[in-house]
Amino acid sequence: MSTTELETTPREMSDADHTSLGLYEQVVRIRTFEERAYRLFMEGLVKGTSHLSLGMEAIAAGFGAAMRRDDYTFCTYRGHAHTLARGTPMAGVMGELLGRASGVCGGKGGSMHLTSVEHGVMGSYAIIGAHLPIANGAAWSAQARGSGQVAVCFFGDGTTNIGAFHEALNLAKVWNLPVVFVCENNLYMEYTAIGEVTAVEHPAADRASAYGLESIIVDGNDPDAVYAVATTAIDRARAGGGPSLIEAKTYRHGGHSRADPGQYRPEEEVAAWMQRDPVPTYRARLLGAGIDEALLTAIEQRAQADVDAATEQARAALPPDLQAAYTNVWADGGSSWRN
Amino acid sequence: MAELITYRDAVARALAQEMEHDPSVYFIGEDVAAAGGVFKATKGLLEEFGPERVRDTPISEEAILGAAMGAAMTGLRPVAEIMFSDFLATCWDLVAVEIPKSRYMTDGQVSLPLVIRTANGGGLRFGAQHSQAVENWAMAIPGLKVVAPSNPRDVIGLLAAAIRDPDPVVFFEQKSLYPSKGEVPDGEIVDTLGVASTVHSGSDVTIVALASMVPRAVAAAEELEGLGISAEVIDLRCLVPLDTATVVESVKRTSRLVTVEENPRLCGWGAEIVSIVAEECFWHLDGPLTRVTTPHIPLPSADALEDAFLPSVSRIVEAAQKVVQ
Repeated sequence: MSTTELETTPREMSDADHTSLGLYEQVVRIRTFEERAYRLFMEGLVKGTSHLSLGMEAIAAGFGAAMRRDDYTFCTYRGHAHTLARGTPMAGVMGELLGRASGVCGGKGGSMHLTSVEHGVMGSYAIIGAHLPIANGAAWSAQARGSGQVAVCFFGDGTTNIGAFHEALNLAKVWNLPVVFVCENNLYMEYTAIGEVTAVEHPAADRASAYGLESIIVDGNDPDAVYAVATTAIDRARAGGGPSLIEAKTYRHGGHSRADPGQYRPEEEVAAWMQRDPVPTYRARLLGAGIDEALLTAIEQRAQADVDAATEQARAALPPDLQAAYTNVWADGGSSWRN
Repeated sequence: MAELITYRDAVARALAQEMEHDPSVYFIGEDVAAAGGVFKATKGLLEEFGPERVRDTPISEEAILGAAMGAAMTGLRPVAEIMFSDFLATCWDLVAVEIPKSRYMTDGQVSLPLVIRTANGGGLRFGAQHSQAVENWAMAIPGLKVVAPSNPRDVIGLLAAAIRDPDPVVFFEQKSLYPSKGEVPDGEIVDTLGVASTVHSGSDVTIVALASMVPRAVAAAEELEGLGISAEVIDLRCLVPLDTATVVESVKRTSRLVTVEENPRLCGWGAEIVSIVAEECFWHLDGPLTRVTTPHIPLPSADALEDAFLPSVSRIVEAAQKVVQ
């Protein structure tokens, strides 16, 4: 069934259906994009490194749906999902992964530094912990300007053991900043099980009380649960209720980065989490709730078509001009340091 | 009209001038508000501009610079104080890896109009962890502008220029200069970054200095006059952007160069000046390009040691005599 046919036969839908379909569309788009990114990496078209969110799509989708258009996203080098979830066009993201001039950063950022300010994506940060204090700054600015914007900052479980995490949470609380910190706990800091190197069981949630914050754990593979917890935290921040720290339990399907096959993980553990893969489980939930399967299929086809088109555009795009290396060091557009 | 004020009071005056000029200027740091700064350089700002715009922070340098960076990206013009420049090492990720690269990596999507003010250098017998001159660290990072004023008037003009600049600026205040006085004209003062100042004219040798080394270089030039040597002293004022034109023009006239740096010897900024002059003034030179620096040691605490190893007037005089003979 084509999209056009679907549009001509609208089904009576509740607001909840719209939200659910939107969430499904987002997890499917991210899944499809990440699978393509992986394939392009294997083909040698994506250079350097890439950190995929395969298996972790529900967190980006749930928060993306809960955020206001002008809210700020700060994410890590594992940031394709969060960049897409704010509406950044796939072609620009794919172009950046392929090192093309058409990339969202003109090819100067790469997979680990995706940014699209016009979509509220204020940067992907590749130094663990760095962006938590920076997200505070955006939240402080929103507070000072009275803009009602909220900053949402995503990071991994490994980040909870670095100093910047603690400095940022303390300042966020003391200044009552409109910021939501989201720990994507995928159980591994790079190649090491987080439990082996962390003093507490729940790396983020168990630290919340140290900063006067509520301890919140959510099933990070459940788009509805993530959306609900995101909405509550973001609304509270927007209303002047201060920061939140949310630990979303999830699992990456692959290794830490493209160089890592993830073989340090027990087979049973991987198998158990694959049963909780957010894409098929959410699909089953929607079908169980009576959503027409044709709507889901159409979403899947649209995602596939969009990823195909983005891939084609990126492959056809030119590499950056060599002179681009000398641009945008400074606000005047150039790189001159002397007269 | 002009008045005589201290370098310390010039800091507060510059901040007040800019906070009045632009409501998006905010100021944060440790002990900067209620206490007025550990060097009393920000006294009165809290009372004048209120706790929203002049804000105390915890002892969390990463949180301070992160706040400044995120705020600068989203519409404010923050000034963040890092109490001692030695503490830049505790937040070096923000200084060297985040703040200077964001505009570049995003291909211009992000602007970072922020200033990091910090007390730099020796002279107060604080020992090796509160006395480092680290302006050369900042100079080595593409994407940072680096400013270091030598007198109260320049503190105002250059700090104002730094705050109005659309790029991140590390503003090094030399802590031994805080009590020093200088004439400052009435009214608003705003300079341009990247313009050196010839503070003493001469024809035999060019002495290039920065911050607290400037008054020493001038004292040396006055002493050299008595020895029959005419020295020109250039106050660089900024390391980035670097006013090489003023230096090159001067050396082409004098044919000799001495740089005076407070930072330790290796990879100090004087080496960059010497390298530029070697390339661009080579055929005009009549003497060895010479650097006067602190030796390549951590700065010791005892006054006898500190005084002996920071570049002194007599060492500058000696170096100039040697290149002129």
